[in-house]
This record gives sequence, structure tokens and C-alpha cells, in this order.
Amino acid sequence: MNRNTKLNLFKIVYKIRKVEETISKLYSENEMRCPVHLSIGQEAVASGVCSNLKENDEIISTHRSHAHYIAKGGNLNSMISEIYGKKSGCALGIGGSMHLQDLKKGINGSVPIVGSTIPIGVGIALFNKIKKKNNLVTIFFGEGATEEGVFHESINFAALHNLPILFVCENNLYSVYTGLEQRQPKKRDLKKICEGNSLAYYHEDGNDVIKVHNKVKEIVKRIRKNNQPTLIELSTYRWLEHCGPNWDDNLRYRPSGELKKWIKKCPLARIKKQIKNKPLISRATKQLDKEINSAFVFAKNSKFPSNKIIKNFYF
Amino acid sequence: MKEIKFSEAILEAIDQSMQKDKSVILMGLGITDPKSIFGTTKGLLKKYGVKRVIETPTSENAVTGIALGASIKGLKPIITHQRVEFALLSMEQIINQIAKWNFMSAGKQSVPLVIRMIIGKGWGQGPQHSQSLEVLFSHIPGLKVVAPSNASDAKSLLMTSIKEKHPVIFFEHRWLHDIKGKIENKKEVKIGKAKIIKKGKDLTIVSFSEALIQVMRIYNFLKMNNVSAEIIDLRSLRPLDEKTIIKSVSKTGKIIVIDNGWTKYGIASEIISMVVEKGFKFLKSPPKKIGIENISISSSRTLAEKTYLNSKQIIHNIFKIINKNIDKKKLNEFIKKNENDHTDIPYQDFRGPF
Repeated sequence: MNRNTKLNLFKIVYKIRKVEETISKLYSENEMRCPVHLSIGQEAVASGVCSNLKENDEIISTHRSHAHYIAKGGNLNSMISEIYGKKSGCALGIGGSMHLQDLKKGINGSVPIVGSTIPIGVGIALFNKIKKKNNLVTIFFGEGATEEGVFHESINFAALHNLPILFVCENNLYSVYTGLEQRQPKKRDLKKICEGNSLAYYHEDGNDVIKVHNKVKEIVKRIRKNNQPTLIELSTYRWLEHCGPNWDDNLRYRPSGELKKWIKKCPLARIKKQIKNKPLISRATKQLDKEINSAFVFAKNSKFPSNKIIKNFYF
Repeated sequence: MKEIKFSEAILEAIDQSMQKDKSVILMGLGITDPKSIFGTTKGLLKKYGVKRVIETPTSENAVTGIALGASIKGLKPIITHQRVEFALLSMEQIINQIAKWNFMSAGKQSVPLVIRMIIGKGWGQGPQHSQSLEVLFSHIPGLKVVAPSNASDAKSLLMTSIKEKHPVIFFEHRWLHDIKGKIENKKEVKIGKAKIIKKGKDLTIVSFSEALIQVMRIYNFLKMNNVSAEIIDLRSLRPLDEKTIIKSVSKTGKIIVIDNGWTKYGIASEIISMVVEKGFKFLKSPPKKIGIENISISSSRTLAEKTYLNSKQIIHNIFKIINKNIDKKKLNEFIKKNENDHTDIPYQDFRGPF
């Protein structure tokens, strides 16, 4: 992989980390009055997937959507404003953190009901097929969503109609505070579920952005060529609490030492190490810090939406 | 003016809409099978092809989400459920996503889709094939809900619904499918507009869908007894045509709502509370609502018959409101001559199943 690609991957991972850390830091000011599901620890998934997508390729996401939005190139000022509930937000402050969207960048939306966007993404792909458009649809969801009936209904439909879709299953082991062993039988095999539905299945280390990028590159090429819907499962880990700005290892719902083990596999530290060039990194981070800082200033200085906008919608 | 069945009106509406607008697509289980949803989708596959007439897996929830995804990009899907109850599997998509997508996207995306739901009744269909659940959908901001009672309104309202920018839940009562009516092509029926089908001055009767047919059956008895009833066919349940109802009550001072479904927390409850809130000063007597018994519906005809409204009940309640005595002999004669004794079949010599 050339240096430029590596540096670009670093930039995305760093940008996500820095945005999430800033939200975490400023949350206690009580100005971001909406639930936030931060992606710290999971940055490599979104970064390595979206780096293979074109601007008009489309994604759809979940409650934990910050990373996907940033990696797909969503407007940062609109994102932070949305979390602050401001008029300059990507949904005018109507949606908050769980409803990020930027249609110009192919970010169709995000919703917090687990599994719910999976069929919607399939529907976008159906539209593309009927209208002969060749944009690829990527659907992000967690491993919890694969426990929802609608996941199974959707992959069945996608395979039946040969829809060009990349299903990205971000496996962070936990659904809120409930671990995998309480939710799935030991021998449950997502690969078999996928292949049983005529879906191609791949797995990769979701904390290594270079590996994710390379694997997805291959997959995306294949999907574009033969329309076979494909699922990639990426193993990763959520560092902070399910919802909110804090650490929560004190709740002891995770085995002791597990978090530490995953922090050692930090996606940001890993890509930094792989680049080696300190001046290059420091130049990039400086620029991103500035951009991020100004997005928060922009959001804070923006106005709240006028009550009148509500009348623009049908009830 | 030609006369066609309600089900044929539905087919004509879909066919003509698909012909006019290439973005209209059809999805659902059974839309291409030999029975083609009681004939309402007959021949469409041949005419428009598999890309636009999409037979689906038995996956109501996903299919609804898929239709939503396709609609925000510009297609106009029509989904069909052979009974309302199957749509319950897709409530998450309908309430959380479809009803709110336009709102959540701050108006940037809209959801022009129609979900057809067919209401069953009688012939032993029992607890899960004969529910009138219009109110569940009418409760939700962001949805439009219509329930026409005749072929002409059905055709026009379906065409309007397909053209509509926002999601529409389109209720068809199975008992209406075979009823013939004249198609009035002149005027487009708008969503949210009720229709006064009989003018009168003694009381206002509000009804919709199949319940309205039950009201019309006893209309002659009212006339024979010099009861001048104003009958309103709601046609749309959300938005509700409050203006037409209030205006009528301002004239008659009395109102009875005859519901298709259960009366507790129902469509009738909503109308009566609206009338009390907005037209209290016009009321000369307490408003009344009737519908089916507030219990689940049994299969056995002897049990089901008691659950459904019958003509006598409707007549008794109307006479009570207008404070008039009924000549029992006349009533029994009328019922014997004009009525089908069984409430669980649409007409006396009906042969099932539905």
C-alpha cells in the first residue's frame, strides 16, 4: 500500500477519534442534549470500508453512526450542529446524533432501532437496480442486528434479486450491556447463515484499518462486477459505555482485562505505527484538530431551529 | 356511467397509475399468483413485467423497509397485505421509519408509498383474520389513512394515494370487493375529504368502509319512519374531515358514529371527542358510538354473529338518540323483508370462503 493511501486512512481514523473524544470531553457542559453512541475503538471499520466507496455510493447506518458519517465524508459542521440541536444541523436539529445524514455524500440516514435500516438499504439497492444506476449500497449494522428477524428477511431478498450490497457487520461483542454468550448459541456461525442465504461472507480484523481497506477493496470490486451481495464481519470493540461520554468498566459487565486487551489493539495506534513518519502525522493532525475545533465553535454559535419549521411537515 | 366491482376499481386504479407513471411499482405476497389478491392485481405482471410487479418472500417487515428505501429514491411502491393482520409484522417499519422519514430527514426525503390492507370479516375467519385495526395507523403522525366504502371512491382515492407525496395506508374491506358501483370519473377524491351521502336534519350519522353499508341498509326504514338522517361517509380517517362533521352537527345537534371496529379507544371515540371539544354548543343530546363488541372475534358463527353489529342494534340506537319510539311490528317486518339474519356473511346466499 502506498504512503498516501496509508496517510489518508490514518486521517480518517484520527478524525473520528478526535471528534468522539471532543464530544466526550464537552458532553458535561450539557449543551449536547441528546444520546450519543461513540465509536471510540471502532474507527478502523468505518474508515477501511468507506475508503473504498465513491462519492455517489450510498451508505445507511445505525445509532452508532458518527464514524460512518465522518468516514463517508459527511459535513462535519452539520454533524456537530445536529448533536447540539441547532438549525445548522444536517436534519435541522430534528434528529440528533442518531439520525445523521448527508445526501450529497450518499449518507442516506441512520436510525437507532437495531436492524431497521437493513431493509431500507436493500430497498435503495433495489431502486438502483430498477433504474440501472451502478452505485453500491453499504449497510452498516452491529452483530446484535443479525439477531433480528428483519436481517434474515433482508439478506434473503438481497440474494434473491442479486442486489449489489455490501453488508458490514461490526461485531463489538456487546448489545448494550449484554454479551454474545447470553445472546447466541456457542456454535452459531454467521458465515453459515450468510452462505445458507447465498450471500458471500468474509471476516477481517476490524481494528486494523489497512487490513479492512484491502479486504473491502477486493470485495467491492467483486460486488460491482457480479452483483453478488456480500457480508463482511469485522471484529472490533467498544471502549466506552453503550450510550454516553464515559468509561464504564466499573460496571463489570465485561470480563476483567477484556477492555485492556482491546485497547492494546487500538486502531489509531496501529495505523500510526504503520506510517512511521512523525512529521507527516503531526502535520495531518494539526490540520484536522483545527477543522474539528472550528466545527464545535460553529455548532455552539449557531441558532436553534425556529418553531415554525415543524409546520413544514405533514402530520 | 359504467358499473364495476370495488375490486375491479382497485385494479383499474393500479393499472392506470402504472400506465401513467413509470415509477409506480407493486410489491406483495400473491400479487402474481392465480388469485392475484382477489383479482385486484390480475394481469399486471404480464403488462408491466417483473421489474415493476415484484412477487415477494413472506417477509412483511423487510418488504416494507425495502419499499421505503426504494421510495425515498423516487419509486412509488404499492404494498399489498391480504389481511390487515399480516401488516402487523411490519409495524416497526411503518411507525418508526415510514411515518417519520420525511420528518427525520427535515423534509429532504419523502415517502410516496401506499400500503393496501384488506380487512376480513365473518365466515369463520376468527381472531386473526377479521380485525378492523384502522385506528392503530390513524394514531400515527406522518401517516395518511383512507378507507373508502364504494367502487368509485376506491378508484379515485387509490389513484390520489399513489400520487401522494406521503405514505398512505389504504384499507379495503373484503366484503366490499364484490359490490358493484358506478364510477364517477369527473372529480378526483382528495385525501381528507368526507362525503355527505344523504342530507338530513334530525341527526348526523358518521360511518365508513363496510359499516357504512350496514347503515345504508337501514336507511329506508329511517325514511319510512320520517327520520331525516344526514349520513357522512368519512372516506379518510387521517386527516379527518372535522369541518364537514361539525357543520353537520351544527345543523342536526345529534350524532351517532357507527364504527367498523371496536368502540373503545377507536375511530368513533376520536370523532366524538372531537365533536365534544369543538361543537359542544351544538349538541342537543349525548353523542353515541356503536361498533363491534369489545372482544376478540370467534370463528364459530353463533359466537361471531353476536360480536358484529346488526341492523336492529343500529336502528334502536338511532331511535334512542332522536327520542322516538319504534313500531316493533314494522321493524320486524322490515328486517324480515330486507335483511340477512346472519351478521357473519355479507348476504343470505353467500358461499365461502373469502
